[in-house]
Amino acid sequence: MNEMLDYLVLNSPALVVAIPLLGAFLTPLVGMINGKLRNLFVIFITLLTGFFAVLLANDVFTNGIRTYVFGNSSPMTNPVVRIFFEVDGMSAFMALIAVILPIVAVIYSWAFMEKETGLNKYYTLILLMTTGMLGMVLTGDMFNFFVFLEITSIATAALVAFWTNKKNSVQAAFKYIVISSIGALFVLFAIAIFYGQYNALNMAVIANSISYSFLDKIALGLLIAALAMKAAIAPMHMWLPDTYSGAPSSVTVVIVGTTLASLYGVFRILFTVYGRQLLTIMRQIGEFSVTSSIVLGVFIVILATITIVIGVFMALKSNDFKRMIGYVAVAEIGYMALAVGSAISTFHIADGTAAVQMTSYGEMALTGGIFHMINDALDIGLLFLVAGAIYYATKETSLNRLGGLSRKMKYTTVFFLIALFAASGLPPLNGFASKLIIYQSIYQVNPILTIVAILCSIMILAVFVKVFHSAFLGPKLPSLKNVKEVPKSMLISMGILAFLIILFGLFPEYIINNIVEPAVNALSNPGSYISAIVGGA
Amino acid sequence: MIDQLISTFETGNGFWNPLIWITSFVIAFLIIYILRGFGKKDYKKGTGQTQVFLSGNPEYEKEKMHVKASNVYWGFTEALKWIYNLFKKIHTGNTSDYVLWFVVIMAVLFLILGVI
Repeated sequence: MNEMLDYLVLNSPALVVAIPLLGAFLTPLVGMINGKLRNLFVIFITLLTGFFAVLLANDVFTNGIRTYVFGNSSPMTNPVVRIFFEVDGMSAFMALIAVILPIVAVIYSWAFMEKETGLNKYYTLILLMTTGMLGMVLTGDMFNFFVFLEITSIATAALVAFWTNKKNSVQAAFKYIVISSIGALFVLFAIAIFYGQYNALNMAVIANSISYSFLDKIALGLLIAALAMKAAIAPMHMWLPDTYSGAPSSVTVVIVGTTLASLYGVFRILFTVYGRQLLTIMRQIGEFSVTSSIVLGVFIVILATITIVIGVFMALKSNDFKRMIGYVAVAEIGYMALAVGSAISTFHIADGTAAVQMTSYGEMALTGGIFHMINDALDIGLLFLVAGAIYYATKETSLNRLGGLSRKMKYTTVFFLIALFAASGLPPLNGFASKLIIYQSIYQVNPILTIVAILCSIMILAVFVKVFHSAFLGPKLPSLKNVKEVPKSMLISMGILAFLIILFGLFPEYIINNIVEPAVNALSNPGSYISAIVGGA
Repeated sequence: MIDQLISTFETGNGFWNPLIWITSFVIAFLIIYILRGFGKKDYKKGTGQTQVFLSGNPEYEKEKMHVKASNVYWGFTEALKWIYNLFKKIHTGNTSDYVLWFVVIMAVLFLILGVI
């Protein structure tokens, strides 16, 4: 039994990607037999993927980095001709996010998409999206990252346009595919620059050889701009509210994960691939050395602050529930970027060693930022499921035409309140813990940042108070007299996310020590990621 | 395991323990509930006490009284109209403008990284 489990753990990096990929191609075949059987099959596939992701994460969190070679595994002299999956704490952490969201999405879809046609294609694309997302976060190969990025983008665009009879959905899909294609093109351009210089595509090999030449700086600019656009950092965020509001809610939940996977790409490039090179001195002003890390860190902090402000201001003005959550999602991305930008700006060489270090508050900011990633996935995910539930029950997304829903949709109201408290960073739910860490750590970078961050968090609360008042409170509206609570499968999905939100909120120390810290350590010690492939200390 | 679950999280500059917070919240709630019990008990359902008073104006039907989402925070959005006008101008909904912002950010990145 133990041998069997060891064997499964050994092959889990491949299985986590292979299972949803094979499942995607089998789905139409199963769907030809029976619709319910297909739904069960897709739920089984996502749960099985989740099982292997948890096995893999547990192994990585306990035993350290895992590598998996596709192709010739020996000799290890030329990594170029093979594809490596390299799973460190950060990858494993992201894999957990990338499996939770599809699991709730497919359970939710059972009832939410029941009356739709073309569900074989729908579920195939959901599984392809999952494959792409997992591939992006597990691969250790730059070109492979690009391939999975493309798989994710194409599957996402097709799913955003799933409701082809809706103008907004088709338009949103068009915008998404244009933005994604341009982003991916520049990522490919950067990869070509690396390949041309170092004859390598493996991230660890590139990180080991990188010299921060003129071409490397171009590649850095291309990668950061392209992945930041995919992660919806302002002013490149505008596609996100369009896409999130245009897609069916069950799809939007998974797109939240793909956006975070792109943000992961930014982290991987900055911390692992470039890492030490960011300490290159750009200018000397007296005794103060202006390094690339300071310049980039400050730039990211500025963009992040703009992202938060634009996100909350636009959300407050929106009257379409899904578009409003889209803008809040933009603001939440800003919080993560703010934390990571602050962390990067504190890069320095450790005394007596050659290792790159962050200050204690820099590490704390990184912890807060990474913890906020999983909290954001859960909170925003739950909000979109609630929005979907309201749409399912009323066929409305405009808050102006909603009211009094709490009288008929009691469970949905409770789930909304949980999401409201969590996304607004109110204690004792998960959003509070991560935002508290972010506030305290960025205070040491600049107190004004903390003030802006707290004020914007209060505004997020105001946004959702508006939703609560408009949609859930008030008298029963005559137009909504036939509204009733949503089916069980949708309630179960919302319940899973609500349970995780409460769990993460009540035991932040446990979650941080066991899930977040390994991810932080993986990013702050790129040496171990590099040495797992190229050898040496 | 239980020790880990109930342990206090040190944030570097402070601490956070949700269980202590919930306990404090429950105690505060109980105190308020007890204080509430000392209040007057002369509430009469269905009398003038429970009717809405709108400065002597007649009360409309409840459906008409519900403040719609677009009217919520009207004062805030009106006072900050200049910001909203600016943000509205940026959010054109035009895909080519989205790409333009990408080009602008890439150019700024090249500038600060010393490429151009």
